[in-house]
Amino acid sequence: MILLIIYIAVFALSFFLVRKVLRGAMDRRDFTSLKTVTFGDESAVRPDRWASIISVVTIFLLWGAFTGSKWVPIHAPGPFVGETQFTYTLEAPDGTRDDATVYAQVFKVGNEVSAPEVEPGDGIAKNDSIVVGAWRSELLLMDRNDDVSRSDGARVVAIDGQPVSEGGSVKVADGTVVVTSKGALNFSPAKGMQMEPIWLPAPEAVVKRVGEIASERYQNFTLWEHLYWSLVRVIVGFFFGALVGIPLGYAMGLSDWFRGWFDPIVEFMRPVPPLALIPLVIIWAGIGETGKIILLFLAALWIMTIAARAGVSGVAISKVHAAYSLGASKWQLMRYVIMPNSLPEIFTGARVAMGVCWGTVVAAELVAAEKGAGMMIMVASRFQLTDIVLMGIILIGVIGYGIDILMRKAEKWLVPWKGRV
Amino acid sequence: MSTLSIENISMRFDLPNGGHVQALKDVTLELQSGELMSVLGPSGCGKTTLLNILAGFLAPTEGRIMLDDHQVKGPDAERGMVFQQGALFEWMSVRDNVSFGPRMAGRSKSDYMGNVDHLLEVVGLKDFKDKAVYELSGGMQQRVALARCLANDPDVILMDEPLGALEALTREKMQGLVLKLWKETGKTIILITHSVEEALLLGERLLVMAPRPGRIHREYRLPFADDGVGRDLREVKKNPEFAQKREEILSMIWDMEEEIMGRTEESV
Repeated sequence: MILLIIYIAVFALSFFLVRKVLRGAMDRRDFTSLKTVTFGDESAVRPDRWASIISVVTIFLLWGAFTGSKWVPIHAPGPFVGETQFTYTLEAPDGTRDDATVYAQVFKVGNEVSAPEVEPGDGIAKNDSIVVGAWRSELLLMDRNDDVSRSDGARVVAIDGQPVSEGGSVKVADGTVVVTSKGALNFSPAKGMQMEPIWLPAPEAVVKRVGEIASERYQNFTLWEHLYWSLVRVIVGFFFGALVGIPLGYAMGLSDWFRGWFDPIVEFMRPVPPLALIPLVIIWAGIGETGKIILLFLAALWIMTIAARAGVSGVAISKVHAAYSLGASKWQLMRYVIMPNSLPEIFTGARVAMGVCWGTVVAAELVAAEKGAGMMIMVASRFQLTDIVLMGIILIGVIGYGIDILMRKAEKWLVPWKGRV
Repeated sequence: MSTLSIENISMRFDLPNGGHVQALKDVTLELQSGELMSVLGPSGCGKTTLLNILAGFLAPTEGRIMLDDHQVKGPDAERGMVFQQGALFEWMSVRDNVSFGPRMAGRSKSDYMGNVDHLLEVVGLKDFKDKAVYELSGGMQQRVALARCLANDPDVILMDEPLGALEALTREKMQGLVLKLWKETGKTIILITHSVEEALLLGERLLVMAPRPGRIHREYRLPFADDGVGRDLREVKKNPEFAQKREEILSMIWDMEEEIMGRTEESV
């Protein structure tokens, strides 16, 4: 909740700052800058690069601040670490009461600590000491060393002077003490607002992991091998999908019989998400490479078929007529008119197909695989290695984004007339 | 020498709702080599259908088209076509568009390149050879379409409102160019247009068609096309005979349109 409020505050604040401070510095003098009607004119809405930069920086700052990163100067309040104490009041069955102090040592999980030595003190209740990990809690059988124990009928009636009964809880200096239903004490030191590393590791931990797995191995393969195998599967699956799908789409766009024959199949298979095919593919082809590639082939096939079919139907009839009147044969029409004319559609389809394939390969690896980006994060999650999971997710996102950028560049280069006719 | 004869062409097809359309009825016509005929008529008179049948894109239900001694059965390089919107191939340069026909015929580059360059010069696009066609203006694109058609050296050129999408000034220039190309190449040309003025200016013969069913209403033989070759077309338009013919044809088409409108009003 606090995170959301901070995020919205940063959003609004940076908006006003950028607008006020940088207004003069980044004046654009092109045609669009002269438009007065921009609200509603989509073409006049250009992404503000400052907003993009601040947006990404904000995410990293918040991530660092709430995980206690060393890279970030400001931090959200962390969990309590160090020595603290609280007192409890024990009441014997005969009504005598005595206070005793509990010395607690709260430590960062992973560090070695020993319980502080304490004097037992006098009276029926004796002082105790416990060791608690940050973000954890610890059960304290405070009557272990007391003269009267709970089995004798003694009970804790107050903590730090505040009366309490079984099931109740009391806030102490650096945490909370709960009296369990059986009368023992459970101490949870204050958690602060930072995330525990197993929920969300700090950015430097993730980066360190990248270095580690890149040079060493995780689950028998280095990071690059995992990513490489995922990419290879996508490319091979997509390649075969396009190899079959594009000619099939052309055939459907050019022949009644093909259209009639494959229409029901394509229209039926198209809405079936590739993920739903994973179980069947595993049954048929196992969890090896063949199964993955069949799955990605199927994911790409229908998209490419439909794109090629749309490409054929997108050819203006006058162009076809013109080519025939100029003496082109059917094959020449195919080669010089239909194929180039359908390129824009095919590229759009290929971009979609690559995106779907990339998503599908990760999902398929999550289910079962020997190597691959999805398999890496799946196994890591079983061992609560959140940093590997996070690293995997970031790299999957980066690669997916990279694929799309490459496809767009290729499209610009191969289909320069797109949108200009 | 090639003679194009249209023999008793009728075209009738069924509609999905059970009715039928009589797009053309008993159209008979003969064109001698080198004649330029413009075709006028209200919308729905079947002029585009007739052109598509001539090009071989549609089959008539009755009658036949003869070009010299053989029957027209489908599209062929002997009948070139110029469309309203150029129908150029965006993925090819201007020169590749123009040389498309010869390339498809498998002729050698040295064989056709001279002619292609010459045609580009004639239509005034010498400096735009290597440009992409989508970089050209509408008028330039239409010139590319003309050159592309001529580069294939067809016997008959069919033009489907080739200048319809151009603005007035460009249109006038292009009309001059069409006349010039017609005289220089001696091609048989059939030109469909919506503009009475254009039909008068360019048509050595002028065919007025009537709708429902599409048929030939009247035919004129006009002197203006010959007068116009190499001259300012605006001078031709000042001719009183031109103005009189224009009025005559305009009111003829106007009456037909009125009749159609009246009929639809009655049926409603």
